[in-house]
Amino acid sequence: MKIIVLVKQVPDTYGERKLDPSTGLLDREASDTIVDEINERALEVALRYKDKNKGTEVVALSMGPASATAALRKALSMGADSAVHVLDDGLSGSDLGWTSTALAAAVAQTGYDLIIAGNESTDGRGGVVPVMLAEHLNLPHLSFLDSVGFNEDVVSGERGTESGSLAAHAPLPAVVSVTERAAEARFPNFKGMMTAKRKPLAVLTLSDLGLDPAQAFAGVGRSVIKTTIERPARTAGRKIIDEGNAGVELAEFLAAGRLI
Amino acid sequence: MSNILAFIEVSNTGQIRKSARSLLTAAAALGTPVAVVATAPGTGGSLVDELGALGAEQVYLAESDQLGTLLVAAQLEALTAAAAELAPAGILLSNSIEGRDIAGRLAVRLGAGLVVDAVDVRLEGGQILATQSVFGGAYTVESAVDGGPAIVTVRQGAIEGQAPAATPTVTAASVATNAAHSAVIDAVNDATTTSTRPELRDAPKIVSGGRGLGSKEKFVLVEQLADALGAAVGASRAAVDSGFIPQTSQVGQTGVTVSPQLYVALGISGAIQHRAGMQTAKTIVAINKDADAPIFEIADFGVVGDVFTVVPQLIEAMAARAN
Ligand SMILES: Cc1cc2nc3c(=O)[nH]c(=O)nc-3n(C[C@H](O)[C@H](O)[C@H](O)COP(=O)(O)OP(=O)(O)OC[C@H]3O[C@@H](n4cnc5c(N)ncnc54)[C@H](O)[C@@H]3O)c2cc1C
Ligand SMILES: Nc1ncnc2c1ncn2[C@@H]1O[C@H](COP(=O)(O)O)[C@@H](O)[C@H]1O
Repeated sequence: MKIIVLVKQVPDTYGERKLDPSTGLLDREASDTIVDEINERALEVALRYKDKNKGTEVVALSMGPASATAALRKALSMGADSAVHVLDDGLSGSDLGWTSTALAAAVAQTGYDLIIAGNESTDGRGGVVPVMLAEHLNLPHLSFLDSVGFNEDVVSGERGTESGSLAAHAPLPAVVSVTERAAEARFPNFKGMMTAKRKPLAVLTLSDLGLDPAQAFAGVGRSVIKTTIERPARTAGRKIIDEGNAGVELAEFLAAGRLI
Repeated sequence: MSNILAFIEVSNTGQIRKSARSLLTAAAALGTPVAVVATAPGTGGSLVDELGALGAEQVYLAESDQLGTLLVAAQLEALTAAAAELAPAGILLSNSIEGRDIAGRLAVRLGAGLVVDAVDVRLEGGQILATQSVFGGAYTVESAVDGGPAIVTVRQGAIEGQAPAATPTVTAASVATNAAHSAVIDAVNDATTTSTRPELRDAPKIVSGGRGLGSKEKFVLVEQLADALGAAVGASRAAVDSGFIPQTSQVGQTGVTVSPQLYVALGISGAIQHRAGMQTAKTIVAINKDADAPIFEIADFGVVGDVFTVVPQLIEAMAARAN
């Protein structure tokens, strides 16, 4: 079985993340970039299956700038067998439509039985790329899975709904996306880090994917950023140390603000 | 005026979901609001009056006997059919899981531009503009969609107000689904909680608890203060991971984003990922025994103290005031 895990490189949520106000695009200089935590969890789901089922092949796939190589090497060190990097200047500033079009072409070229993604990236918080990919490839999807299980024929799982949860299944091939409930990711071990350097990492351009931007993206609606405004940082207000009366003082503060 | 489709989610027991009001309000601000609903054959008629009261000038009922058996397939076909028939300038959905599933697939099908998690929409020079709140509200970004229609998912609880009531015209169509390309629903479990507390997403007041509460039993303190304030209950990821409370209550980067009038953080350190989900609250109150906890950097009123002494005293003082 061949599993593709979609890995996105994002600015570290522990650092300050910035947008360039003139373009509205991510200021890549401003923060450290890392593998999105949710994608490590998605990879973990694939690796657990591989641990139990010999002959499983796990491919990490990322579309992003040159620096995304680091994200893919991390995935390789955790245990992915190979990596594919979609890298092309023509893709900079891609919106959801372009991203899913390019990823669909890369996935189709790589070959797969199951595609596992994160439910939502921490930078874009779109939560739609996996399902867009499924539509491009005419595949069933199960998104936002809090738990997931699969064998060579079928994938099943549970996800939240507005009023509870639901359980569903789909025949493979399929696209799934998982939430942070699905799995806790492993750390790369020493052997993993050593072998990661020798594992294959293919770089594909748009033309390698047979995509001519003028055609692939022509007539496709695009979201275009018009303005980007930074909110002034919040400042600290009053801070008291409890000396036995803080509950009363807090009640006074809430009353003064008509909050009680 | 152009048609604006609002996709109305319906629970498996046939109830219109809460997001309908804000979607129809937003749709009315952009053009002629059309409610699109996927229903089991012959059952949609009962929803028409309710949708009219929420502002729908037209109700498009797409009937499918696959509703509830295939994952979002009937809903996707409903909206695809309505879009083909009504040539909308905009298509609005809730930024729920179901809404995003449909929006993503529909955008690919129609070759339409997509903006997700909008907190506002408006019309300018005939163009639909959608506002997003990015990186936990640190930035406000306004986008347009080139090439129509614009598909926009709207953050739950973000748009207030209500469109004027209308007497809708009704269109019924039957839609076919492609079972080969859809997941099959095996079971639907509706939560049995009969909580009278407000819902987290759009509650005006929220009390959240963190790892500092120590245990599931002691987390009850958060609920007690919430009930005294008439507030919803939230939590940090550490509190969720410790099993104090279900994940649906998680506030932050990978949880719910909230923007209440009052946010009270109890035993929460204020990690940047937690702040990303609540820092746009109007007033922030924090109680934490560590004077250096980062939550104090954004708190309007901070108490350095033990939640187990300060909160009971606060509840008492509030009760005393009420008398
Ligand atoms: C990708 C990613 C996404 C994340 N998403 C989220 C998210 O959505 N939401 C989220 O919350 N976190 C998220 N986190 C986790 C975040 O980094 C923190 O680990 C988490 O918020 C810590 O929760 P906490 O404040 O409850 O716990 P801690 O950081 O352990 O803080 C507990 C606090 O309680 C105080 N305390 C202890 N006892 C008492 C007492 N008796 N009285 C008063 N105070 C007391 C302590 O002083 C301490 O400040 C995410 C992290 C990553 C990497
Ligand atoms: N540029 C990308 N490269 C690889 N995977 C991606 C990319 N963008 C999104 N994904 C995948 O889709 C998931 C959801 O992303 P999003 O729809 O952007 O929130 C991510 O967690 C990834 O698994």
